[in-house]
Amino acid sequence: MKYAFFPGCSLESTAWDFDRSTRAVCAALGIELEDIPDWVCCGSTPAHASSGPLAIALPVLNLQKAQAAGLPVMTACASCYARLRTANHKVRNEAADRERTERITGKPYDGGVEVRHVLDVLVNRFGLDGIRAAVGQVANLPGTVRGLGRRAGWQPAPRLKGLRVACYYGCLLARPPEVVAFDNPEHPTSMDDLVAAIGAVPVAWPLKTECCGASLSMTHSNVVSRLGFKLLSMARRAGAECVAVACPLCQVNLDLRQSDAAKAHGELPPTPVLYVTQLLGLALGLSSKELGLRALTVSAKGLLGGRAGKPRRAATCEMKSAKCKMQNAK
Amino acid sequence: MSDILRWNSNDLVEEVQRRSGTAPGACFQCHKCSAGCPVGPEMDFLPSQVMRLVHLGAEAEVLGSQAIWLCASCEACTTRCPMGIDIAAVMDALRIMAIDRQVALPDAHGREFNRSFLGSVRRHGRVYEMGMMAAYKLRTGDLLADVGKVPQMLVKGKLSLLPKRSGGVKEVREVFRRAEEEVGRISNPSHKQEEAGP
Repeated sequence: MKYAFFPGCSLESTAWDFDRSTRAVCAALGIELEDIPDWVCCGSTPAHASSGPLAIALPVLNLQKAQAAGLPVMTACASCYARLRTANHKVRNEAADRERTERITGKPYDGGVEVRHVLDVLVNRFGLDGIRAAVGQVANLPGTVRGLGRRAGWQPAPRLKGLRVACYYGCLLARPPEVVAFDNPEHPTSMDDLVAAIGAVPVAWPLKTECCGASLSMTHSNVVSRLGFKLLSMARRAGAECVAVACPLCQVNLDLRQSDAAKAHGELPPTPVLYVTQLLGLALGLSSKELGLRALTVSAKGLLGGRAGKPRRAATCEMKSAKCKMQNAK
Repeated sequence: MSDILRWNSNDLVEEVQRRSGTAPGACFQCHKCSAGCPVGPEMDFLPSQVMRLVHLGAEAEVLGSQAIWLCASCEACTTRCPMGIDIAAVMDALRIMAIDRQVALPDAHGREFNRSFLGSVRRHGRVYEMGMMAAYKLRTGDLLADVGKVPQMLVKGKLSLLPKRSGGVKEVREVFRRAEEEVGRISNPSHKQEEAGP
């Protein structure tokens, strides 16, 4: 299984841990990734909110390169994924858009390159049986963790079994269905299935596809605080100990802005927000370094690093220590 | 009174239809879009009201609204519209029209963010977050907003001090230039009508 990988700008900066964990997980599972050479920005929301032709041409520049390499495309960022899929959709269905795009890019393109999100690849291509088998192999190893001995100390098995996870899909993984089309737009389940396959427990909660405010983070951060608070407090009420995401904007808005949300809207127990590839990587025995866990603003250490058999208090202890720190800072 | 006289025209609904490739005229005001809009509480007009203003030809009101810039493009409305209207695309079309017509915006954050972001893409082929944020802050004058987050992001490796330029930057500049030429063609009323429709 080989894909042309489109990392996108976020994966080079705010979401470098998504980049690292995606590559690590794919390598561990034998999914080969080859970066699209000289890939360029997909344009994201600023392009489609400013110029229709630009919003199709920028993704197509990358798709043409993948076509030249003869590979289907895999991307991790949900926004890039939606932009690449939308460009394909328009080029395939609107003759005028295709003509214009070919004029602008100076090259032919028929919209024929397959574009998949890493979650889609893992769940629907690689398959949950394969993931269960890979996770099972690791779990049966003595010591369980491949990162063992990488640093001087002993690294305990991450406590994934029974970990309650709110799977948060956000907007663009499932919407609009005729463009992205790998899961149900109102009640997607692929991430829940993946989380269940690694032994954790996906909680039932109603805001799976509610928007986090996306790029309003820059322009109207009060909106993002409100939405972040709503999402995180609902995830907690549903019993989740952490949130799993598959989009760099969702992660930043729920993690980096979590303290803003708590400040503006009330008490919120610190809730780690991990990329689903980080959770899967832990289940596959990859080390926290290989998965970039240090990039998380709300640390997942207390949640995942607890020794086997340690009661579930771990998360609460960390909450308390974080609270003390905040109070001391004040 | 003069507003009402000015409103009675199909020009706006037709232009929005041509630019967005979807038919806002099909909206029958069920308000499903507004009910599910995550940003509704902050909007001056809800999405269904924006659609109604488009029907009425209330150009100044809709192009000068805060709502079109608060839309997060989450596509919930587009997914749920029983008439298959791509409401998010209507919001895009209205934003582009507001810029084209140099409408006085209630606040310029959205416009300046888009400019800063695309400026960075044009210069480097990819977004250089530090440069983009600096440009945005200079344009809006919000120099201190979120400054507290920067050291934390640097420590976590989430921001780099130097841009990572794409090898494809020349193509990107060419694409920007040609796309700008095309905008003239999009605004041309002879543009194909059959693109419209849900």
